[in-house]
Formats: sequence, structure tokens, C-alpha cells
Amino acid sequence: MNIYLDDDLRAIQAQTAEYVEREIVPKAGAWEQEGRVPREVLRHMGEVGFFGLRVSEEYGGIGMGPLASVVFAEQLGRSTFGGFTITVLAHTDLAMPYVAKFGSDELKQRYLPSMVAGEMIGALAVTEPDAGSDVASIRTTARREGDGYVLNGTKTFITNGVEGDLVVVAAKTDPEAKGSRSISLFLVEKGTPGFSVGRALSKMGWRSSDTAELVFEDCFVPASNLIGEENRGFYCIMQNFQNERLVLAGQSLGEAQRAIELTVDHVRNRRAFGATLWDKQAIRQRLAMHQARVDAARQLTYHAAWLESQGEDAVRVVSEVKALVGELVNDVLYDCVQFHGGMGYVAETAVERLYRDARIQSIGGGATEVMLEEVAKRM
Amino acid sequence: MQVVVCVKQIPDPSGTYTLDPETHFLVRPDEQVLDDTDRYGVEMGLQIAQAHGGSVTLVSMGPKGSMQGIRQALAMGADRAVVVDDADLKGSDALTTAQVLAAAIQRTGFDLVITGTESTDGYSGVVPQMLAELLDVPALTYATEVEARDGKVTINRQTSAGYDVVEASLPAVVSVTAGVVEPRYPTFKGIMDAKKKEVEELTASDLGVDTSLRQRVTAVEPAPEREAGVKIEDDGEAHLKVVELLQQKKVI
Repeated sequence: MNIYLDDDLRAIQAQTAEYVEREIVPKAGAWEQEGRVPREVLRHMGEVGFFGLRVSEEYGGIGMGPLASVVFAEQLGRSTFGGFTITVLAHTDLAMPYVAKFGSDELKQRYLPSMVAGEMIGALAVTEPDAGSDVASIRTTARREGDGYVLNGTKTFITNGVEGDLVVVAAKTDPEAKGSRSISLFLVEKGTPGFSVGRALSKMGWRSSDTAELVFEDCFVPASNLIGEENRGFYCIMQNFQNERLVLAGQSLGEAQRAIELTVDHVRNRRAFGATLWDKQAIRQRLAMHQARVDAARQLTYHAAWLESQGEDAVRVVSEVKALVGELVNDVLYDCVQFHGGMGYVAETAVERLYRDARIQSIGGGATEVMLEEVAKRM
Repeated sequence: MQVVVCVKQIPDPSGTYTLDPETHFLVRPDEQVLDDTDRYGVEMGLQIAQAHGGSVTLVSMGPKGSMQGIRQALAMGADRAVVVDDADLKGSDALTTAQVLAAAIQRTGFDLVITGTESTDGYSGVVPQMLAELLDVPALTYATEVEARDGKVTINRQTSAGYDVVEASLPAVVSVTAGVVEPRYPTFKGIMDAKKKEVEELTASDLGVDTSLRQRVTAVEPAPEREAGVKIEDDGEAHLKVVELLQQKKVI
């Protein structure tokens, strides 16, 4: 029972948990080796309806709010395959909301049904070699020309960059104006002339997620693919960053919770010096405190998502959540590996993978330091 | 084609439960799940109804609780459900269960009744056959494949040697084995829609079923502990001993 979870959310939770256990966990080890999640997996998830949580019924979804995304992300996180989880979330919660929330009716009609069905996979391209959390200082440009725009620039660390079919690209449309009033968003299809994937990046964790550098060289995009109003992109990005941070927190919480469970199982069975490791107070109390922290952080995350769903200004609490949970999942995994002993250091055990996957959570989607500044500004 | 699928809500098999010391009945939680083996019957029913036009009605007997298990089957796509819940039916034996289900199915009307082979909590395994007898229609059991069309139903009936092809005219009762079809995952939209679907709640007296016929559980014994196995050390001839052992056990 949880005050934030009604019957619908609990149904989403149960359905996702079952799907992850039956369809993902037994197969995802191979995807880590291949460095990608097979398309048929994403298509099947689309058929079952996992990608339409935040999309209105008109376009094939069920029109739920941010709490649904958090619950969904948490259950995906429990798979222990962060690369798989982020492949899905980059599509559903990083890229798709721009089309669903800010896109024109024409854009929605053209793309949302196939994105919901998993036939087209999305990616979000904001980050550049010289601009990450500092979105206002991006350098990619979109020059008005005829019936469209010409894009030039380079994006990096783009999740689903190689495999994605549709990329939401942030570019400057007014080089004279202040950073926050100069950015527009475009939906660019894979295969558009002038758009190429520079290279796939090899990472410490999230190995089954593809991460790429994207290059735009005189890439013409029709004006109908502009998302929202010209020069208002920065505000759309800031708005959806709240959602992005919430789902990343949900993912981390699912991963931390699963890691604690795996570790409790392990220490209950592992014997040393005449007793199980669970019999050592130092170990079980550390795990109990981690559990307390995860429970507390989960409630704060649900609360933040609920505030966001009520249309309240949730920037402070969402930033608190992102900073807190990004660090927490790393603390938890440090001890989980420690308590697994040598096994925790062996490649491709779940805690070893979770440990590597956790490291990005205090960096990606708003680094802890940036998040804490957002909190401090509001204190 | 009017397809009826018998389903049962059971306690989540991953949980731990106790028996009532007086009656030896399972103490059932309020929240029960759809018996996993029923998902195959529901899927089969949906496929037949979708292929030939028609509807799928779920019929269930047991404490309704939160109805979670029934909603799971509705979320897969069944059209409606009839649930018979009655305190007098607590601890019903297989025959009473079959009588209740038969009465509910008669009332609903049917061309084809699909059941699992046995429930995961009761394991009596005789309800489908009793049901067919009470409905006075053919029973086709242990189906690993089902085809229903043109007033006939044909199944592959699993046997220890392989399978028999069995055919009967409709209406009929078919019990399906796990694996007969791959059950679909309910879509989120299906889950949301399931809440709005019609669930008719009935009692035994609504159906005019006599609930006094009853078998009694007199005692429950724990299963005997497993005995230690035979250890065969391999001295180069171990395979012969393994073969001998298998022959003794009549495995080969």
C-alpha cells in the first residue's frame, strides 16, 4: 500500500514487473554483449502498450501522468539491466514527451502512433561536446531557409543515437538573442540528408544502450518538423527535464532496491567464521539503513512526481530527488559489491553490472552539483 | 460463437499461507490472482472468438475478494464475467463446484466451454469432465491444440505416447493444457478498460444449486521428506549402474 499509488498505478507496476521478469531478465545478458536492445523487443513492448503511458488515447496511449512514468521506470530498473532500461526511457520519457506535449497536431498524427507502437524509436539530442547541463550555451544552429531550416552542429552522448529513428534536436534559431530565448526544437528523421551518426561510444556501464555522437551538416528540416514555437525550445527542455529527472530517479530506486534484495539473499547464504554474513550485525545493519534510505527516497520521489502532476512548481523537490537518488544508488551499490566479496567483482554478476550502471546516475540528466545549485537557489 | 472460459482466482503462489486448523481449508487472502493455468484458456477463447466472431464470458466460483484475478482475465480481452460467491460454498468439493459452474454457464448460454485441466490450488482435475456431464455435452480433454468451426470442435488430446485427434459437435467442453497457446500480456489500455467491464455477481441460491452435498477433509498430513538419492561413484563403469537403475525404475 502506498498513498500515492492508486489501482491504475499498481496495475502498471504489477504488469511491468511481470513483463520484466518473464521477458527481459532471461534475455538481457546477451544484449549487454551486443551493445544494443533488439528491435523486436521494443516492438513487442510497444504492442503490449508500454510506450503509450504518457500519450493521449487519441494517439494510441492511455494519458497517464508523471507518477506512472516513475513507477514504470522503477520496475524497469529492477531488471538490473540499466542499458535496457535507459533505451526504453530515452524513447518514452526523454524524447516522446516533446512530440506529445509540445508538437503540432500534424506532428502528433504523423509520428506518435508509430512511436507508441514501438515501430519508431526516439532519441533526445541536446548535449554537445561543450554544453551539457548548461543548455543555453549550445552551438548547433538552425538557419531559416525557404520552407524550413538548415541544421549545423554536433551532438554527443545521445542515447539511442545509433538505433533511433527520430531525434528531437535542440538548435539555436536566433544567434543574437540571449541563450534561453534563442533555442528551437526539431524532429529529425533518420536518413535525412546531412544527418549522420558520428560514432558509437563505448561506456563504463549501460552497455546494452547505444550512445552516439550525431553530426548535422547542412541538414535541411521542413518547417513542419519544428516542435512548439520558434525560440521557445529552452522552456520546453526545462519543463521536460523535470520528467527526465524523475524517471532517472525511479530507475535508480528500482536498481538500488533490487541490489539490496540480491545482497540480502547472498549474505543470508554466505558463511564465514562459523556463521552467515547476515548474522554479523555490522553487515545487516548497514543493509537495513540502506533500505531505510531507499524507502525514504522513494516516498520523496513519488511526492515530487505527484507535485509535478498537480501542475505545481516542483523544480526544487525534483532537483533534491535527482541529487539525492543519484548519490544514494552509488552508496548502496558500493556496499552491495563489498558484501558480495569476490563474486561482486566478477564481470556480469548482477551487482557488478549495477555498480557500473549506477555511476552515471549522479552525472547524466543533471549532475548532482547542478541539481544542488537548483535547490540552493530556492532555499 | 459464444465462448465461456472457466477461470479461478487463487492466492498468489509465491506467498506463504496457512490452513484453518478446524476445517483444513486454505485461509484465502482478499487479494487473489488469476490461476496461471487459466491464462491459456482465456487466450484460446479470445483467439477462437476473434477468428469466428463472438464473445468471451468468464465464469468463476469462489470468494470474489478484490476481484484482481478476474480483472486480469478481463484485461486480456474477455468481454464480461460472471462470479458466483457464496459463504455456503466455502470448501466445496469438485462436484458442487461443477454444479455451480454448470448452472451459471446454462444461464449465460454457450457454444464452447473452455477450462484448464486443473486448478493450481485444488488440483482435483475432475471438474471439466463433470461439467460436460452436467451440461450434457461432449468433453474433450487435455487439448494441446484446438480448432472450432462449422459447428464442430477438433482437438489434439495429449496422451503418454503422443496425441489423439478428437472431434465432437458443438456445444462442447474443452479442457486445455498449459502451453496450448501463448497467453498475451494485457495491454495497459486493456487493464484500464477492464475496470469498466460488466461483472455479474451471483449466489448459489440465485442458481438454485443445493450446497449441502459436501465432502469433508478429515486430516491433512505434511508431505514426507524427500529421501536421500543414490550416489554412484564413477569408476569407469558408472554408466552401466545408471542404466540398471533406470531399468529398475522402469524409466527405460
